[in-house]
Amino acid sequence: MSSSIFDSSPGDSNPGGDFAAREAAIALPPRNTALRRFCRHRLAMAGAIIIAILVLGSYLGPYLIPYDDTFIDIMQRFAPPFSGAHILGTDELGRDMLARLMMGGRISLAVGFTAMVISMGIGILVGAIAGYYGGIVGAALMRFVDAVLCFPSIFLLLALAALIEPGVASITLLIAATAWMDVARIVEGQIRGLRERDFAVAAEALGASDLRIVFRELVPNAVAPIVVAATLNVAKAILLESYVSYLGYGIQPPTPSWGNMLNNAQIYLTSAPWLAILPGLFITLAVTSFNFLGDGLRDALDPRMENH
Amino acid sequence: MAGELLLEVENLAVSFRSRGAVADAVSDVSFRLHQGETLAMVGESGSGKSVTSLALMRLLPDAPQCQVRGSVKLRDKTGSGMLDVLALPEPQMQAVRGNNIAMVFQEPMTSLNPVKTIGAQITETIRLHRPMLARAAEDEAVRLLDLVGIPAPRQRLTAYPHQLSGGMRQRAMIAMALSCEPSVLIADEPTTALDVTIQAQILDLLKRLQEQTGMAVIFITHNLGVVAEIADRVMVMYSGRVVEQADVVPLFQQPLMPYTRGLLRSVPRLDLAGRRAGALYAIPGNVPDPRRPPPGCAFHPRCDSFADGRCNVEAPRLDSTADGRQVRCLRWPEFVA
Repeated sequence: MSSSIFDSSPGDSNPGGDFAAREAAIALPPRNTALRRFCRHRLAMAGAIIIAILVLGSYLGPYLIPYDDTFIDIMQRFAPPFSGAHILGTDELGRDMLARLMMGGRISLAVGFTAMVISMGIGILVGAIAGYYGGIVGAALMRFVDAVLCFPSIFLLLALAALIEPGVASITLLIAATAWMDVARIVEGQIRGLRERDFAVAAEALGASDLRIVFRELVPNAVAPIVVAATLNVAKAILLESYVSYLGYGIQPPTPSWGNMLNNAQIYLTSAPWLAILPGLFITLAVTSFNFLGDGLRDALDPRMENH
Repeated sequence: MAGELLLEVENLAVSFRSRGAVADAVSDVSFRLHQGETLAMVGESGSGKSVTSLALMRLLPDAPQCQVRGSVKLRDKTGSGMLDVLALPEPQMQAVRGNNIAMVFQEPMTSLNPVKTIGAQITETIRLHRPMLARAAEDEAVRLLDLVGIPAPRQRLTAYPHQLSGGMRQRAMIAMALSCEPSVLIADEPTTALDVTIQAQILDLLKRLQEQTGMAVIFITHNLGVVAEIADRVMVMYSGRVVEQADVVPLFQQPLMPYTRGLLRSVPRLDLAGRRAGALYAIPGNVPDPRRPPPGCAFHPRCDSFADGRCNVEAPRLDSTADGRQVRCLRWPEFVA
C-alpha cells in the first residue's frame, strides 16, 4: 500500500533537480483568476460589450453613414425611424438622428471619461496625502472633502455652470470638480490601512522617499477599489453631463450631446417621441453598462466578495 | 576588535508620549559596533529591542509623539567621517537608509509588496541609491538573488511574493537589504517566522554574507539558541535598558544578571530533559509597564535574587567588570564570588 507513493515518481533519480523543476513550474501559475471571475459575471460582460459597441460606434460610425450630424434636410423633418433613408429618423430640423446620436455619444463618452480621469487624479492625490500623513493635514483635507460632499452635486454643478461659460472643457472640469470626493475617501481609507503594513516600513528602511512609498508601494495595492470607483465615476459623469445639458447649462447646440438632444425633444414628445426615446435609451444603456462593469470588476478584483 | 568602528551609540533614549503620559521605551543604551562584528540584542517582547533599532534608522514617529535623545554616529560609506544620524536632515537620511544601514524585518510574508514582482522591488531598491540603467539593475538583481541562494534567479524576477515560500521571501528580503552593500545590517528577528530548518539556512546565509562583505550585523532576537549560533557579542535588554553586555561565550558560561540567568534557564534543552523532570522554567510575571516602572531595579519584582530594602530602593547603574563586561545589578559581585 505504501509503495504506491513511490510508484508515482518512478524515474526520480535526481530529486534535487526535479525539485528545482517543480519549483520553476510553481512560479508560473495562471494569474487570470480575476479575469475568470469577471467573465463569469454575465451582466458585467454584457456591460463591457455594450460599452465597446457604443465607443466604436461613436468614433467610427460617423465615417460609415452618409449624413453629417449638422446637415439640415428641411424636406425630411420629423421622419420616423425605419421609414426612409434616415435609419433612426430625423429631428425637427431634418438632421439625421443616427449621426447626431453618434456625435453626441462622442461628446458624452469623452466628457464622462475625461471627467473620470481628472476626478480620479484629484481624488487619489488628496486621499493619498490625507491617508499617508494623517494627523492635522489628513483631518483638514478629509473635513474639506466632507464639506464639499455636503452640497448636492447637481445644484453645485448648476450654480457653477451659471457663472462659467459652458463648453465641453469647462463642463468636463466642473463635473470632475463634483466627483472627486468619493475617490478621495476611498483612497484615504485604503492608504491609511496600507501605511502601517510591513512593506511600507521596509521600503522606508531601504531609503524610499514619502512620494515613492505612497505612489509606487501603496497606491498599487489599492488599485482594485480605485478601478471600481473609476468605472462608476464614468457612469456618474455621463449622467451629470446629461442633466446639465438637458437643463441647458451644459454642451451648447448645435454640438450634439445625449443630454441636449433630450432638451430639444421635450416639446415634440407626443408628435415625435423617438427624439426623446433614442437619446434616453443611449444614456440608460451607457450608464447601466458602466455600473454593471463596475460591479463586475468589484467582484472580480476583490476575492473576499466571491460569495456574493 | 575586528575592524574599524562603524557605529557608535551613546546614551540613546527614546520616550513616547501618549495622552499626556510619557513612557520611556529605551533609556541609556550605549554600544559600539565594528566591522565584521555581530551584536545580538536579546530580550522579551517590549524590552526595547525593536525601538532601539528603529531609532538607529530614524524610523520612529516625529517629535511630539516620540522623543529620541543621545547620539548615534554611523561611519559614512563614501567619506571617512562619522555621520550624526540623529541630526541629519530627512532627505540626507533617506540616502543613508538602505545605503549605509539596512534592515531585514521579522515577517517575510508581509514585508514585501504583494502587488509587485520580486525583480521590480529589488531593481527599484538598487536604483534608489545607485544610478544605473534598468538592464544593469536587473543583472545586479539576478546576481543578488543568486548570492542569497535562490535557485533559477532570472526566472524568479517575474515572481510575485505570494508565489515564493517563506524562506525564499526572507532571502529576497535579504537580497534587497544588501542591494546597496550597507556597512551595517539590522536583522529584526529575521528567522522567527520561519520553520527551524529554514532558520538554520538563513542564519548560515547571513554568516556567509557577513564574511564576504565584512558588514556588521545587529541581530535582534529572543531566541538564545540563535544567539549562540551567530553572535560575537550579546546585549541583554530589559525594560528599555541594557542589563548585561558581554561576549557570547562568557555570557553563556556565567550570566551575571539574574534576568540573563532566567532567560538561559528558560531555554528548552534536550540534554537535561531526563534529569530535570517537571515543567520548563519560566521567569514569573511580566515586563513592567514603561509608563509606571517599579522603583529601584526594574527587574526586582520578578527577580529570584531580590534583596528587600536594596533592589526595590536603589536603581542599579551599568557597572563594568574587570574582564570588560557590563552588568546592571546591585548584587552582581556576590554572584561572581
